[in-house]
Amino acid sequence: MKPPKFDYFDPTTVEEALDLLKEYGEDAKILAGGQSLVPLLNFRLARPQVLVDINRIKDLDYVRENNGTLAIGAMTRQRTLETSEIIRSKCGLLTDAAELIGHPQIRNRGTVGGSLVHADPTAELAAIAKALDAQMKIRSSEGERTVAAKDFFVTVMTTVLEPSEMLVEVEFPALAPSAGWAFEEFVLRHGDFAVVGVTTVVTLDAKQTCTELRLAAIGVDETPFRDPEIEGLLQGQKITDSLLDELAARVSEKVDPFTDLHATAEQRKHLAGVLAKKAIKKAEEAAILNLKKES
Amino acid sequence: MPQAYRSVEITVNGLTYNRQVEPRRLLSDFLREDLDLRGTHVGCEHGICGACTVLMNGYTVRSCLMFAVQANGAEITTIEGLAKNGKLHPLQEAFWENHGLQCGFCTPGFLLSACELLERNPDPTEEEVRVGLSGNMCRCTGYQGIVESVLAAASKMKAQK
Ligand SMILES: Cc1cc2nc3c(=O)[nH]c(=O)nc-3n(C[C@H](O)[C@H](O)[C@H](O)COP(=O)(O)OP(=O)(O)OC[C@H]3O[C@@H](n4cnc5c(N)ncnc54)[C@H](O)[C@@H]3O)c2cc1C
Ligand code: FES
Ligand code: FES
Repeated sequence: MKPPKFDYFDPTTVEEALDLLKEYGEDAKILAGGQSLVPLLNFRLARPQVLVDINRIKDLDYVRENNGTLAIGAMTRQRTLETSEIIRSKCGLLTDAAELIGHPQIRNRGTVGGSLVHADPTAELAAIAKALDAQMKIRSSEGERTVAAKDFFVTVMTTVLEPSEMLVEVEFPALAPSAGWAFEEFVLRHGDFAVVGVTTVVTLDAKQTCTELRLAAIGVDETPFRDPEIEGLLQGQKITDSLLDELAARVSEKVDPFTDLHATAEQRKHLAGVLAKKAIKKAEEAAILNLKKES
Repeated sequence: MPQAYRSVEITVNGLTYNRQVEPRRLLSDFLREDLDLRGTHVGCEHGICGACTVLMNGYTVRSCLMFAVQANGAEITTIEGLAKNGKLHPLQEAFWENHGLQCGFCTPGFLLSACELLERNPDPTEEEVRVGLSGNMCRCTGYQGIVESVLAAASKMKAQK
């Protein structure tokens, strides 16, 4: 199938793009990497009257370090997550998880901002944003606001963005040099959207006691799942197998997944627990290695 | 005012083309219909099969998920641009020699993906080849011959250096 007709604009500045969004409102769609939007156009599942292509806005493609945080421009390609040295050194979870997002051809075009705004319930970047309390910087021609990841995702493919708004940047905290992390997925074929995925960051003190656990799961709810009570289970504890089994059981119990043609709700509950345990173990091992490197 | 047609200048396999395109013209259709370069195959038009893969400024992209206007000013390499002066690219030779294709529908996409793969990683393991080519589908070969072809091409290209 071929896309329906649309009016096409390719502004070179954020301001011009925002003016277009203001003018056309609900009739307009932003075109970023196109890896989710163009399939919808080709099948005519989306029929926007106006496309605002933001690929020529150079100012939205950057990675910057600002005291303790990592700021990534919305038009940064997903490929950059794999290749950027700043990202690797400040938030290596993004580097390691990038390979799970589709295929090289998808990451060459797909953007960080596009993935977050598209808000697929199994988007890896959404899980990481939620787990790390990323901050979304949003602009419209009226001004700017910042929304925490926990408030950004509303439901399947829906965020708090208004039609006149654009995501311009996402800010991730830098991970502690002694932290360990992992992203574990159950996937039918490499590069497919995950059936269920779990990401975690484990921080240990010098005695290898867990000082902080962050954990988010995808494929088990409309938006990434995260639960402070579950994260609290390891606080101040040595991580043991029995503690992890308890945690896995709690994850399985608490998530509220759906049944679709890839897996039943029961299977997803089970997978969430299994993957949580696996991910925490892997993250703990990495944290222990990092501790050794530090000392 | 938005225009019904846009002028684009796109370099494909070293030749520069100036054309008028509708903004909704997919790059894949531009290559096949407007430039008559039909080696770029179209299998699904929603980003799944990889048959339409081309190189844009050295990076693989799905040409069915881009509009020709977006390639304005870019350099594209399609399968027609791989052989040089009548001599097949080492990857093409390796596919020929190692049963890398049967019907050939998927082959242009695989070859361009493999080009990028070997560019980034001239000495890949079998696992790395499989992961690197995960974005391309083949209904015939069972992939074994394709993976062997890419590994064979990698050794050949290394030896030539
Ligand atoms: C074969 C295939 C496999 C894939 N596998 C995965 C996978 O495993 N995991 C995964 O997470 N993703 C996967 N994807 C999706 C991919 O990551 C997309 O790149 C991503 O979902 C959308 O990003 P984009 O830049 O391509 O956005 P687009 O497709 O251009 O846009 C998507 C939506 O976001 C809006 N938008 C984009 N940018 C902005 C912005 N800055 N401000 C406001 N609105 C904006 C658009 O209007 C549109 O509604 C896959 C895609 C394909 C084709
Ligand atoms: S035709 Fe483009 S990916 Fe299938
Ligand atoms: S050779 Fe027939 S699809 Fe691959």
